[in-house]
Order: sequence, then C-alpha cells, then structure tokens
Amino acid sequence: MTTERIVVVGGGMVAHRFTEALRARDAEGRFSVEVLAEEPRAPYDRVALTSYFKGASPEDLHLGDPALWHDPLVTLHRDTRATGIDRDRQVVEVEGGREFGYDHLVLATGSYAWTPPTAGSELPGVFVYRTLDDVAALRHYVQERREKLGRTVRGAVIGGGLLGLEAAGALQELGATSTVIQFADRLMNLQVDEGGGEALKRLIENLGVTVRCSTATQEIKAGKDGHVGSLLFADGAEQLCDVVVFATGVRPRDELGKESGLEMGARGGVVVDDTCLTADPAVSAIGEVACIQGACIGLIAPGNTMAEIAVDRLLGGASTFPGADTAAKLKLLGVDVASFGDAFATTPGALEMVYADPVNGVYKKLVLTDDASTLLGGILVGDASAYASLRPMVGAHLPGDPAGWLLPEGAIERPNVDLPDEAGVCSCNNVSAGSIRGAVNDHDCHDLGAVKACTKAGTSCGSCLPLVKKIMATELEKSGIEVSNALCEHFSISRAQLFNAIKVSELTTFTEIIDRFGTGRGCDICKPTVGSILASLYNEHVLAGDRAALQDTNDRMMANMQKDGTYSVVPRIPGGEITPEGLITIGEVARDFGLYTKITGGQRIDMFGARLEELPKIWKRLVDEGFESGHAYGKSLRTVKSCVGSTWCRYGVQDSVGMAIALELRYRGLRSPHKLKLGVSGCARECAEARGKDVGVIATDNGWNVYVGGNGGFTPVHAQLLVEDVSDEEVFRVIDRYLMYYIRTADRLQRTAPWQQDHEGGLDRIREIVVDDSLGLGEELDAHMSRHIDTYEDEWKAVLSDPVRLRQFASFVNAPDQPDPSLAYVEQRGQRRPATPAERENGPVLIAPTTLEVRS
Amino acid sequence: MTAAPDVASSAATLVCRVEDLTPDLGVAALVGGEQVAIFLLGDGSVHCVQNLDPFSGAYVLSRGITGSRGEVPTIASPLYKQVFSLVDGTCLVTMDKSPKPGHAPDLVVHTVRLDNGAVWIDLAGDR
Repeated sequence: MTTERIVVVGGGMVAHRFTEALRARDAEGRFSVEVLAEEPRAPYDRVALTSYFKGASPEDLHLGDPALWHDPLVTLHRDTRATGIDRDRQVVEVEGGREFGYDHLVLATGSYAWTPPTAGSELPGVFVYRTLDDVAALRHYVQERREKLGRTVRGAVIGGGLLGLEAAGALQELGATSTVIQFADRLMNLQVDEGGGEALKRLIENLGVTVRCSTATQEIKAGKDGHVGSLLFADGAEQLCDVVVFATGVRPRDELGKESGLEMGARGGVVVDDTCLTADPAVSAIGEVACIQGACIGLIAPGNTMAEIAVDRLLGGASTFPGADTAAKLKLLGVDVASFGDAFATTPGALEMVYADPVNGVYKKLVLTDDASTLLGGILVGDASAYASLRPMVGAHLPGDPAGWLLPEGAIERPNVDLPDEAGVCSCNNVSAGSIRGAVNDHDCHDLGAVKACTKAGTSCGSCLPLVKKIMATELEKSGIEVSNALCEHFSISRAQLFNAIKVSELTTFTEIIDRFGTGRGCDICKPTVGSILASLYNEHVLAGDRAALQDTNDRMMANMQKDGTYSVVPRIPGGEITPEGLITIGEVARDFGLYTKITGGQRIDMFGARLEELPKIWKRLVDEGFESGHAYGKSLRTVKSCVGSTWCRYGVQDSVGMAIALELRYRGLRSPHKLKLGVSGCARECAEARGKDVGVIATDNGWNVYVGGNGGFTPVHAQLLVEDVSDEEVFRVIDRYLMYYIRTADRLQRTAPWQQDHEGGLDRIREIVVDDSLGLGEELDAHMSRHIDTYEDEWKAVLSDPVRLRQFASFVNAPDQPDPSLAYVEQRGQRRPATPAERENGPVLIAPTTLEVRS
Repeated sequence: MTAAPDVASSAATLVCRVEDLTPDLGVAALVGGEQVAIFLLGDGSVHCVQNLDPFSGAYVLSRGITGSRGEVPTIASPLYKQVFSLVDGTCLVTMDKSPKPGHAPDLVVHTVRLDNGAVWIDLAGDR
C-alpha cells in the first residue's frame, strides 16, 4: 500500500499534537508525515517557557514521548524554514531550495511576537518572549549586563497581559527588578475585569514588581554605551532600565498562506472552515495561524482541538470545531488567575456575583443567568481553587447557593456537584467527565496515573487533576473497589493500623516488626514510618539500637540535607525569643564555618552549607553555648511562632511569648506522622498567624482560644476553633490529647488539616474524643504525653558524647575529614551559595567556604 | 561478590574493614579519587555503587535508605527518592523525573571483594 504524504509546516505544540494524534489513530499507516520546523529542536512546551528560568533544561520542556520522532512514518526536519507553497504542483519550498511534495498540507506556523513600532526598539537589550532562543538570549543578556554594570539589572516589560506577567516573573527569576508597563487601564484586560485587575495589581506589586497602567511607551533611549538605558513615556516621564521585553501580543505567521493566494481573515490568519480546511481541499490550517469562525486564537487548548479535528477528517471522521473555550487558569508569579465563560457578563440580563477581599488579595466573580440558576462564566484572582469544579459547569444549572463558590473555603459548604458525562474536565486535552468514568469502569484504571495515561486528562497544565481525582474516587467507591491503604509493598496495612500493632505487640526493632507484620527488607517508605512510630511510642534516641538505618538522611544526620548534599543547621529558639548573646553565638558559629544564614519562617535562624563531617564540630559549639536541636529535620514539632504579646505590645491581652515558649518546650522532639507547627497570638489581631498552624492559640480577655488543623503550604487551610476561653492548664491538656490522638491515628505524611477533614465525624467528633473524652482515651493520651515530656533529651547533646554514633559523621570511611571534592560555591550578596552547573563549567568557583573553621 | 579473594592480581583498593560498616547502612569512600557508596546488608553481603546521585548531581547515595523491591536489594536516594538496584544499578523507580543532563539513570556497580574481613573495591571490574 502506498502512503499519502502529509507535510506539516511548523514545529510547535500544535504540530506535535497533530503528528501524535495521527500516529496514534492511523493504525494502518495510511499517512506519512514530514514536519518542517524552523527552530533547531523538536517541538517543546512553549507554555512552560518560564520554567526555563527556574533551572529547567530544554529537555525538561519536551512534549510527549520522544519516540514519536523515531517513528518510521514520521520525519522531523529541524532548522528548516518553509519559504513558499506551490499549490498547483503541491510542493512546499524551503530555504536552500529543497522541495517537499505533499498530498495534504497542514499549516501550523503559529504566531510571531508582535511589537508596536517604537523608536529605539532595535537597540541591544530589547527582547521578545516567544521561543526558547528568545528566553536563552534574554537570560544571557541579563547575566552579562549584571557583570558589566556591577549592580542589579533593571528590567521593564512592555505589555501587561498574560505573557507580560510571565516575562516579568522571568526577569525576577533572573535576579533583575521588573516593571510592567501596560497601555490598558488594568493588567490582563482580556481576561479580567476592573475589580480583578485591581486585585491582581496589588498581588503582583506585593511580589516586588512595579506596575504602571494606562501608560504608553514613546521611545526606548540608549544609555552611554549604546545599550538600552531608559524608557520615555507619552506623559513625559522617564524610567531607567537596562533590558526591555516586549510582550505586546502575537500575530499569525500567515505569509505562506497569503503568498500562495489562500483567503486571509480581516485581522490576518488563514481562513478555514469548521473542519480546519482552507478553500483548497489539499490544505488545512490549525492552531494560531488559522482564522477559524472569524478569529485567530492564541491558546493551546483550541489549537490542540483543531489538530485533533484535522486528523479526524483525514481519517474520514466528521468532527467539527465546537468553538473555542477561551477559559484559562494560570499561575503568574505564584498568583492564581482564572477566567472562563462569559467573564465580562455580556449575556443580556446576566447577573454578577462578586466577592472581594483586598486584605488577602482575593477577587472572585461568578456570572449567572438572570434567575441566578445557570453559570455563565467567572473570574478568579488570588484563589482559583474553585476553577476545576466551576469551569465544566458553564452552561449548566448550579446547584445550591452560588455564594459557596465565592466565600473562602469552609465558610459555608460548597454544593456537591455531580458533573454530567458530557461536561469537559480537561480543556487542554478535551477530556469529558464521561471519559474519566469510562477509564475507571471499563478500562480498570484504579489510580490517578492510570487514568492520566488512559485519557490524557491532566497531562498538560494539570489544573484539572484535583477534579479528575475526585471523579475517579467517586467511581471507585460506587463500584465498591477499595482504595488500597497499604503503606508500601512491605506492609499491607496503613500507618494507623501499624501504630496499633507495634504498640500492642511491644516490639521495638524493625527486624522483629517486619517479620511479624510485613514482608521483605523494607524500603524508604516503611522504614522511616516505623522509625517515627517507635520514636512516638518510646521517645528513645532516633539513632538508638538499629534505628539509624530506619531514618531518612535528615533524621539520621540530625540536619536538613540541601540540594548539593550539604546540610543546614537550625538550633532551637523557643517562641522566637533570643538573647543578644545567643544571636552573637549563632553569628560566630556561622562566620567561623562560613555558613550561609537566613531567617526562617518559624522565627529562627537557619545556617546552610555545613558538610557532613562538620556537623559534630558545629553542634559542639552550639551545645556548649546552651543551644539544643531545633528538630528542623524531623517529622516532629518544628516551632511555636509568637507575637510579642502583652509584655510589650499595647494591644496584647496575654503573654503570648511565655505561652509559646512553654508549648515549644513541652512538645519539642515529639515525633509525629508529619511536621507540626504551632502559633500563639497575644490578641485577636493574630499577628502570629496562628490559624495557619496545626495548632493556633489566640489570647482572649478571659484566657485562650485553641484552633486546630490549620495549614500553610500547598493547600492553605485556616485552623478551626476547638475550645474557647480556656486557662493555661486547659490549653496544655487539650493540645496534649489532640496531638497524641493525631499521632496515633493519622496516615503517613498526613498533616493535621486533611486528617481532621477525613476523620469520621470531622472536628466535632475529634472534640468529643479529646475534650469530652467520649472514648475514655483521655487518661492514656495524657500519660503518653507526660512520658514524652519527662523523657525528653537533646538528641545532639546525646550524640556528641557517644563516639560510636559520631562515626557516621565521617565524609569518607577511608578519609573521615576530607571534604566532598565535588562541592563548589559562588558568592552572592556577601555569602556563598552552591554554584549552578553553568557556573561550574564556565567560571572559576569557590571550592571551600570563604572562611574555614578557625577554632576547634 | 563474596567469591574467593583474588586481591593480588587485581587493581583493587582496600577501603575499610567489615566491622567499620553498620548493617543496612552505607558509607562513602574515595577510591582512586572517585566517590563510591558501600553498603553492608542484613544478610552480610556488601555492595558498592557510584556515590553520585544521577537525579540531583550530588554525591549522596551512601546516605540513602536500603531496602528491597521484590527480591532485589535496593538503595533510595536521600534527595528525590529514586530507587536503584544494588545488584545491577538499574533505576527501578524514577519518581517521574529525568536524570540531570549528562547522567544515565542507572548506577555503575563496582566489584567488591571481601578478604578476611577487609573490604576491597575494584573499579576495573565495573558493570
């Protein structure tokens, strides 16, 4: 059988999707594909371009399975720019004169970065933000200017849309300052309304980016050395800057279509019908270059849809373009922004329901039909957690009180949504709720990885994954499939069950425990779990008996391993209160060992860059001066953060520092399923942010309120009120029991917030158990905690007096004091940091710390 | 691995004694300027692999956790938790990550010879 030849002009994401889909669906091998890519590399994830600045390599941006390009029916021609199309002869001409004949031609040439005509835009130091080469050149230039100028580079981004904010983030990643200059009256004016724009501006300014809206740039002026020096605005103002990035939109790369006589859209783009076909039946156009339903669309999801349609049509299918879903959810500079459906409420009679919290930088708006029953669209800035659930509901009846989607999580219950099968869940890959259900029920996909592989849902931007997981779990539950709670391949029971088993059996070594309750030799999951359970139960030293081999390196070395294999050291500073002498000691130790110092979020001081063999010497100094381990490395109590409280503060009503120190000394060294953080505030102003902690204690006029189950991090949750207006003793008793009950029943690595949420009966049930003692467990929990408090010893002090345990701090068994020769550092802002791979290759690097230890 | 010692005829280096090792724990050693990781397992066998963790570029594997996947004895990286076979160096669990540029995912395994309690490592016998 002879194959039909398809030529794809363009090597971007849509070209990749077209090729991937064709090869996946054309099982008979009817078609061969030649992809003509202008860039010197295979298609990459342009949406993730900014991650390049966070240290991603070009390989990290690869799309899909690289084996696609080795398929015998696929040929990728890199560095190959098409220069013309002869539609009569059905050939594409490329630079250098070579010709590619086609049976069907697919134009996927994408867009180019458009820059408004501006005087000075040809100066060195002016960039656009579109390709890997663009961002590589920008990175190189910023580094070069920094060295040349000997100061922080000043960056400016012209354009305050999606790409402009990406570019501003990139400049910040590169260590430059950034100013965003926006011609419109607000940021992201295509996606968000005025209120959303305001919230976004505040959030972004908080991150150190300067924002100038309603500003037209008149001229880019050169500095003395001929490079970019400043920007002149239409209102006469001038701003110094060293590098300018244009992010003023894109225009379709439609010149091939135009020159070959294909019809052009009014604002550019190759006109196609709903099947992505041009007037020439042998030519299709997909992605940003296609003018479909009257417009070019610069988003990846509709581009992928067009690619799928073009493939379907070639294979004899009948699919048509359903209209672009311009919904978008982005994380720009760490700020969530989402916009979907009729975000600007253009539907006649549409109602807008708005929630704005300027203090926390949250703005949310739902657009509803005039009877407030059907969702039309919305805008979410600062907190887009509802996006995954809401976007598929556009056009559908919204059950319950819509306010549940706007108010902070937990304020009122969110309506439970059962999505219709046809509702789209993953818009990047066009996967419906029905296909996910099908994968679970008909294709035996019983974990998230299998569902992802089967449906492709969540494999691009990933924002729908929480929803995918929820749908999967619901289906599994319906069909009675139990989600395994096995710890790992060695233990088929959960952590909570193992905790009880170990407690009841009174076994104290890993070998006995795995022989009795598990199989094999254990692994990096069950060993630390058993180590933690034994530590919680008996409070013996983490390195006692055969325990050293159970601990993660952090617990084993009693320090936090950093990316280059060195450690950071954190002495305990209870409640964040420290004497000047204490500060001097820490300063001297850090100076003498050349450690990088940084204040932590938990009100203490972290010292980085300590080599394994230096740890005992560093701790000898600290212990001699009265410091003890801060357990920053442990799944255990970290810190108790406090505000200054009634002793100094004119608003404080209780001594929050005193309470924080008492709590920190009470629970120090307590091993738990995950790290524990506490906070104490001296009045209702809550300066210690205690409600973001596992346990938050907040002063009242009559005593203390205790809140539990708060969490910062990836999924922030406010702690909820457990007891009100209680005395100091009651604070201790309630927290003792709450923590001990959590330690006994939580899953491995489950923080208090999800534990509390998943606990049967929720917080009310937990309150019955720990406050009202409904299970009669109180006494046992109290006794367990007082045993912990009574037997506490400083882990580091104990190790320093034990020559056997000290032996593990040798760098090499045959050269115990020789530093790891691979370590390399460079200086930054007066301290050292690990050298990047590029710095290791290019420049001279500082091998040893600036100051070596001078005292022993 | 515990075959008859053939120390004299090889380019092996004496690094330590078995008593210097703790069961189920690793140590790092310098062999001819190269960093290796040596593990004594609970069954008395001694294994040696490169100390370089290909997924982080840091020399840390000696500080990982030993264990097993099925019947295969393993070492897990302390940084990003990839799991490697101590028998043939194969990376068994990538944690959906790729190695750093220029590094293969699998580890080089070095030959260990035990001779009357002395631990010899032979880089020439690499697999």
